[in-house]
Amino acid sequence: MAGLAAAFGSGAMTNSIAEVEEAELFFITGTNTTAQHPLIGTRIINAKERGAKIILADPRKIQLADYADIHLRHNIGTDVALLNGIMNIIIEEDIYDREYVEERTENFDQLKAVVSRYTPRVVEQITGVRASDLEEAARAYATTKKAMLLYAMGITQHATGTDNVKTCANLAMLTGHVGRPSTGVNPLRGQNNVQGACDMGGLPNVFSGYQQVANEEVRKKFERAWGVENLDGKVGLTITKMMAAAQKGDLKALYIMGENPMLSDPDSSHIELALSNLDFLVVQDIFMSETARLADVVLPATSFAEKSGTYTNTERKVQIAHKAIDPPGSARDDWEIICEVSERSGYPMNYNSTRDILKEINELTPSYAGITYERLVKGYGLQWPCLTDEHPGTPYLHKDKFTKGLGSFLPCDFKPVSEVPDEEYDFLLTTGRVYYHFHTGTMTRRISILDREAPEPLVEINPDDARRLGIQNNDVVELISRRGSIKAKAEVTDRVPKRVVFSTFHFHEAPVNLLTNPVFDPISGIPEYKGCAVRVRRCA
Amino acid sequence: MARTLSVCPFCGCGCNFYIITKGERVVGVEPSPGNPVNRGMLCAKGWNSYEFIHSPDRLTMPLVRKGGELTETAWDEALDIVSGRLNDIKKEHGPDSLAFLASAKVTNEENYIFMKMARAAFGTNNVDHCARL
Repeated sequence: MAGLAAAFGSGAMTNSIAEVEEAELFFITGTNTTAQHPLIGTRIINAKERGAKIILADPRKIQLADYADIHLRHNIGTDVALLNGIMNIIIEEDIYDREYVEERTENFDQLKAVVSRYTPRVVEQITGVRASDLEEAARAYATTKKAMLLYAMGITQHATGTDNVKTCANLAMLTGHVGRPSTGVNPLRGQNNVQGACDMGGLPNVFSGYQQVANEEVRKKFERAWGVENLDGKVGLTITKMMAAAQKGDLKALYIMGENPMLSDPDSSHIELALSNLDFLVVQDIFMSETARLADVVLPATSFAEKSGTYTNTERKVQIAHKAIDPPGSARDDWEIICEVSERSGYPMNYNSTRDILKEINELTPSYAGITYERLVKGYGLQWPCLTDEHPGTPYLHKDKFTKGLGSFLPCDFKPVSEVPDEEYDFLLTTGRVYYHFHTGTMTRRISILDREAPEPLVEINPDDARRLGIQNNDVVELISRRGSIKAKAEVTDRVPKRVVFSTFHFHEAPVNLLTNPVFDPISGIPEYKGCAVRVRRCA
Repeated sequence: MARTLSVCPFCGCGCNFYIITKGERVVGVEPSPGNPVNRGMLCAKGWNSYEFIHSPDRLTMPLVRKGGELTETAWDEALDIVSGRLNDIKKEHGPDSLAFLASAKVTNEENYIFMKMARAAFGTNNVDHCARL
């Protein structure tokens, strides 16, 4: 998000899901879309059947590889080099959008200087991708009018994640692929309200609608509306810094609503130490998660079927959901619990429903000003920015100019993964998800059909490596990193390249985040889940 | 049987479906045919998204750690403990000794007042969520 915001002035998906079907070409990288966003995956395949091209850049042979016209199987963590190489060819062959670059962007000369070093030969050495494939991809992306770039956590979950995102943005601007339908740079969000949690100011530096806490005028506005004085202008801690502060003893209390960092965060034994070191931990959730087990107080909340409110999907569309049933036992809506805690802490909030809260969001958040309850119940949702009651919403961003004015080329140089395999830890582990499960599995593992299809964690290993190590399908293998070890059954498959193993974080029996490396992108704070060094051993 | 329009709780697509209920029991979901996001379709996760709602593992009572064990406790007492402890810690160590993790799974409205509580009631910008993960 930080990378896109720096380049364009807004960190969200630039275009819309419906536009996927109209696209003529997709550049898909670091997103296993058919598994993680199946309804977007379906549209990509529909478009392909109608003649659209697919360029896939992914080290794994994911399902979309079967549909791809070009599959660039670059080495893990070499995204910047790959994309710089594509831009090198586009500039060298003079097929970039000169008019767009001149009128709508800045820093082109800097970009040109950096990418000039990434000749096809250099890039082939770093990424393992043949120069001819790179050239074919570069030409196809640059010369197709409706070319849509899609990415997800395969791009962001690296220590160089922000550089990866900026480089995607550079490529799209260089070819004029931002600001029109069925183009753009489109990060696909993995959870049903990640976009909303960000939009609502669930971040250490902003109030709702990305209004900066450091801005005095913004603070004054919220102080007046909220009836308080002296809102803090200093940016707070990100989750990774919270964990570090807890371990050091600087952070004393943590209140977690509906999250399970014990399974979702890197190097989980350190997370457990951090959470155990707190004086007070509150967890508000619908299940006794691995994190809730460590809490001093656990508050039972409601599931989506038991509450009313709005969610914002990956394309910035706010949609309304209604309560279908009463909660089990004495579980209560998250918003009611928050109001109670706030009131007991001397700050009564006085809302009667989520509808009251939405009204306040409309009043204080310019991009949500026109997204009112009355309009949401009548239609199929509204996409922000939606500035007034009459505003139709915004299907694609940056139409005639970027949110920040001129789009900025922010060229980056390639940096390898933080933990390069060596003699002792000779594989790269990369992590992800499977089609049948969601996140840490607290919901999907309690659904019988989904659990039937994917009942246990698997480790994907290439047939060559398996043969060398005497590993067959379903043998139990142990993965060992510098931080911990897990055991799971092997799946021998050429879906993964040689010297790479893949596993998922859905299963508490084999918590892959015991192994992952807690190094973070310095700007976004995202951990490097997509590559750490491990050793593989067949268990007797 | 009743039908209530909702949004799938899983990925970021935001597919719309009707929750089909028989009394207080959810018996299925039915994709919204008109919604432009999913146009009458759902994935395997979406079609089965309702089953965990009635899981016997659902939390139904507040739990407070007493003598080392999480123990069922009335709401009033649990809420007083939460607000009492947070305020004591704030008094002793300052507002930035507290932190709040919002959620990528709850509503906008809930996330909004969660960050409002952190900032207005407790005076800290230590607010984040797990979207990075």
